Amino acid sequence: MAQAMVLEDTDLTLDSLLETPAGRRALSCIQCGVCAGTCPYGSVMINTPRRLINKLRAGLIEEVLTSDDLLTCVACYACWAKCPREIRLTDVLLPLAKEQVFLNLPEVPAELQSALESTLRYGNPMGESPRKRAAWVETSEVEIPIMRDIKRPVDTLWIVECYTAYYPRGQDNARATAKILSALGIDFAILGNEEKCAGECARLVGEAGLFDKLRDDNMKVYEKYEFERIVTSDPHAFDAFLFLYPPLGLSVPVEQTTPFVARHIEQLKPKLTKELDYTVTYHDSCVLGRHNGYYDEPRLILDAIPGVEIVEMAHTGINAICCGGGGGGMWLDTFYKAKGYDRLSDRRVKEAVATGADVLVVSCPYEVPRFEDSVKVLGYDDRLAVKDVMEIVAEAMED
Amino acid sequence: MKILVLLKMVPDVVEELEVAADGKSLDLDFLRLIVNESDDHALEEALILKERHGGTVTAVALEAPDIDDVLFTALAKGADRAVKIEGADQTLSTRDAAGVLAATLPAVGDLLPADLILTGCQAIDDLDGFVAPLLAQALGQPYLGLVARVAPENGKAVVAKEFAGGVLGEYEVSLPAVLGVQGAEKPPRYVPVAKVRAAMKSAEIETVPAAPRPDAPSYEIGEMLKPEPVDRAEMLEGDPEAVAARICEILSERGLL
Repeated sequence: MAQAMVLEDTDLTLDSLLETPAGRRALSCIQCGVCAGTCPYGSVMINTPRRLINKLRAGLIEEVLTSDDLLTCVACYACWAKCPREIRLTDVLLPLAKEQVFLNLPEVPAELQSALESTLRYGNPMGESPRKRAAWVETSEVEIPIMRDIKRPVDTLWIVECYTAYYPRGQDNARATAKILSALGIDFAILGNEEKCAGECARLVGEAGLFDKLRDDNMKVYEKYEFERIVTSDPHAFDAFLFLYPPLGLSVPVEQTTPFVARHIEQLKPKLTKELDYTVTYHDSCVLGRHNGYYDEPRLILDAIPGVEIVEMAHTGINAICCGGGGGGMWLDTFYKAKGYDRLSDRRVKEAVATGADVLVVSCPYEVPRFEDSVKVLGYDDRLAVKDVMEIVAEAMED
Repeated sequence: MKILVLLKMVPDVVEELEVAADGKSLDLDFLRLIVNESDDHALEEALILKERHGGTVTAVALEAPDIDDVLFTALAKGADRAVKIEGADQTLSTRDAAGVLAATLPAVGDLLPADLILTGCQAIDDLDGFVAPLLAQALGQPYLGLVARVAPENGKAVVAKEFAGGVLGEYEVSLPAVLGVQGAEKPPRYVPVAKVRAAMKSAEIETVPAAPRPDAPSYEIGEMLKPEPVDRAEMLEGDPEAVAARICEILSERGLL
């Protein structure tokens, strides 16, 4: 399995990659096709990683870079996790190739264009006012300190991220997280309206310039404040902070809320007193699971909640099927539908329903809207709810 | 084919608008400006025409906050020149802005005559869409507004103009002409941030001084007011049956059933 690691060279391009050890390793591909076999869109994608590398070696890479086919990659780390040559596919080769694809695209799919333009202008893909980023705070049961107001160092800077801050069901996650952090006695604060999208999806869809700008803007804000660690609700932001922000000086420990709460579960257990009577199935987030190896932590939390029984889907852990939202897939549903591709979240929800679970538990803020849409479209809304791990934990805490 | 595109900044209504302390302007502290949507369509139409028929596109704008970003974005999208008119009063009325443009444009080197001057057919602070027709009048050129398609040919252009109910009228107009664009043939293109950053490094915005305002101000804003919230709406709450029954009652009380 490839090693998740910091991308030190911030100016790396597809051309310069081939001069590096990671690039030379890519060229050592044995053409086994495991990548295409494990790719959730492997049956429809033309330029699978195997073919991409083959064309790169044969001098035919222009064929890949002038087609929109690579937009089919949802950055799920399946090929990356299973490549026997440990080639850095999802984190290095694919984004660098997609960067060229993106520059060549004659037309950016409309939903993606709108998300990217909004992220550039407003710092969030929904196009909401940056001044309303912390509006959810008013609805929180517990007090949410904001860095600019408290004017003192904190232990934990909580980066809430876009879907948790703005999307109404994401705000349920935000309120639950606040309740848990408060119950644990964590000295935390948020950036409020100074927070902006971390930009991971921009990079993984190929809009590298937008990612660079967001990272520059964010680092300027982070540098203004003192904190010992970052905890973020979004696995995608978590991944960016771990592997893409360090070259610009981000050096504090970073955790995502699910592993963070798992680390504090013994302290939290006495407060988890409400019997929930749920049969749940956990969907492994691609970034948290395959890229960072957090498979046990969410299950450890669920195991600690009274009345919760865990059942597993057919594909789980390293084999979990992506929700389809990564690498810009969040805003490419229409693009995929126009090409006649399955919606991956539909595929996953069918697996969840087959387990007989009544709650599909997730740990990534993209998954709630994706799976709730699929649950409704497929007509399972009478038998399957979708909840974040944080929501389940907060529910089990008696008021 | 030489095309001029006029771009203008308008308040971005993603933010709540606030009236400034003077009671007759918008509070700029609470406001961000954004390029006028139909001006962005005018630029797209100009770029499409350039791709189809060759020629040059020049983006022109009066100085305003964030206008440099907009002009560099236009260059990154494929405009050949960007011209910023500096020193004009930023609170000009539409009519006065048209006057300043008409007096300034002829003085800029190698700008006029242009085959086409394209701009948005209206803006949220100019719903009458007066800039383009007033400019056309001042330059002695024909004007057509609500334009949805332009096909230039031999010193003329066939222009599709939109009417209510989705009806399109086809007009022939002699060039040079000024057109107010309603919508380009396709939505304005995306330009990657890297290309905008490259344009900022490699290209330059030409700056020219604004001609003095031709006359005394044509009109002034007396007062600016936010709509007053009133409590005329009755919110019906309860289960759907009870709400439905109450709706029937209200309709029947008012003699609507």
